[in-house]
Amino acid sequence: MTETYGARDWSSQPPLIHPDYKSTLLRGPTKKPLPLKQSLSEVTGPVHGAECVTGHDADLTRNGRRNGEPLGERIVVGGRVLGDDGRPVPNALIEIWQSNAAGRYVHGADQHDAPLDPNFFGGGRCVTDADGRYAFRTIKPGAYPWPNHHNGWRPAHIHFSLFGPSFATRLVTQIYFPGDPLLALDPIFLGVPADCRDLLVAKFSIDRTEPAFALGYDFDFVLRGRHATPMES
Amino acid sequence: MALRQTPSQTVGPYFAYGLTPRQYGYDLASIADGTMARADTGGERIRVEGRVFDGAGAVVGDAMIELWQADSLGRYAHPADPRGSNAGFTGFGRFGTGTDPQQRFVFDTIKPGRVSAGEAPYLNVIVFMRGLLAHVYTRLYFDDEAAANAADPVLSGVPAERRDTLVARRETTQTGIVYRFDIRMQGDRETVFFDV
Ligand SMILES: [Fe+2]
Repeated sequence: MTETYGARDWSSQPPLIHPDYKSTLLRGPTKKPLPLKQSLSEVTGPVHGAECVTGHDADLTRNGRRNGEPLGERIVVGGRVLGDDGRPVPNALIEIWQSNAAGRYVHGADQHDAPLDPNFFGGGRCVTDADGRYAFRTIKPGAYPWPNHHNGWRPAHIHFSLFGPSFATRLVTQIYFPGDPLLALDPIFLGVPADCRDLLVAKFSIDRTEPAFALGYDFDFVLRGRHATPMES
Repeated sequence: MALRQTPSQTVGPYFAYGLTPRQYGYDLASIADGTMARADTGGERIRVEGRVFDGAGAVVGDAMIELWQADSLGRYAHPADPRGSNAGFTGFGRFGTGTDPQQRFVFDTIKPGRVSAGEAPYLNVIVFMRGLLAHVYTRLYFDDEAAANAADPVLSGVPAERRDTLVARRETTQTGIVYRFDIRMQGDRETVFFDV
C-alpha cells in the first residue's frame, strides 16, 4: 500500500488573491481549485540525491568568490525539514536565492541602484541528511525597494524552494529575520494568516552561531506529512 | 496533524539564477531544464510549448513551469513506483518564460504512457510566478487521446465546459510533434487548477 500525503492546509497559506499585493489581482486564479484524489502521479516526484550538490553549493560565502570575500554579515541558516506528522524528511533538495548585503540581486532584471558584490552570487543548494537536517552559510540579505506601493520595501528575506518526497509536498517560500521593522508593512508577508506569520521568521540561535565567524539562525520547514490512507488506484 | 505547514510565498521576479540558472545564462549548474528526453530515453519525442496569460490577457514573462511525468510505459522514476523507469529519464523538467522571444515555456520530452489502465496519459504541471503567493497544480492531457480522455477519472470529473483548458493540441511541424498548451490564470477560459 502506497501512502498518500495530507491535504494542503489552506488555513496556514496566503490567499491567491491578496489585493495589497497588487500583482495577485491579475495573476491569482479566481476559481477554487478542484479537489483531486491522490494517485501515483502525486505521491511520486523528482528524486534528487547528493549528486545534485557539489563543491561550495551550500556555502554562499564561498561559491561566488572571484577576488576576495563577499561583504556583509556572515550568517548560518539551518534546521530541519519535517512532515506535518513530525517525521524528518531526508534527501530533500533545497534551493535558495537571495539579494546581497546591499539588497541587490544578481538577476539581470534587478534595477535597484545598489551595488553588486563581485564576490557574492546569492544562489545555492543542499540536500537534507538522514535526519532531515540542512544548513547554509551565507550573507545576511539587505532590504530592497519594490514598486508595489509608494515607498515599498521588502524586508530582508531568503527565497527557499523545497521538494520533499513527492510532487504533492512541493514548497516555495521566503524566510525572514526577527525584529525587522519592515515585516509589519510587507504585503507579501502579511498575506499569510496572522497566526502563521511567525512560522516564516527565523530564530536567532547562539548555539548555531559559529564563534568568530557567523551568526546562527534556526528555521524548520514543515511540509505535508505522510498519511496511512491508501491511495486510489 | 501536529505541526502547522510552512506558509508558501511567491517565487518572485528573481528566481532565474537560483532555479533555472543554465537556461538564463548564469554560472551555476541546473538540476533540471526544458530538455527532459535524452538520447537513451524511449518513447515518442514531443515538444510541449505554450504561454501563460494573466487576467488582462498579457503574456507572463516571469513564470516558471515544472513538469513531472511518467515514462513512455507509464512508469515514474521514484521509489513509490515499484516498476522503475526508462534509462535516462527522470521525468522532471523546469523552464522559465523569460528567455524565449515569445515568452513561451518549451519542453523537449516524450509522450508518457498511461500510469494505470483507467487513466489517460497526462503531464503533471506546477505553475509559479511573481504575484502568485502559492504555487498551483494543473494537468496537461493530449487531444489525440479522445477516448482515453473521456474515461479518465480526473478529467471526466471536471465540468464539461472547462475540460478543454486541460487539453493540449497536437501539431506536426517540420521539426517534429508539438503539443500547444496555454495557461490562463483568470478569465472566461481560466485554466482548471487542482487542489492536489
Ligand atoms: Fe526577493
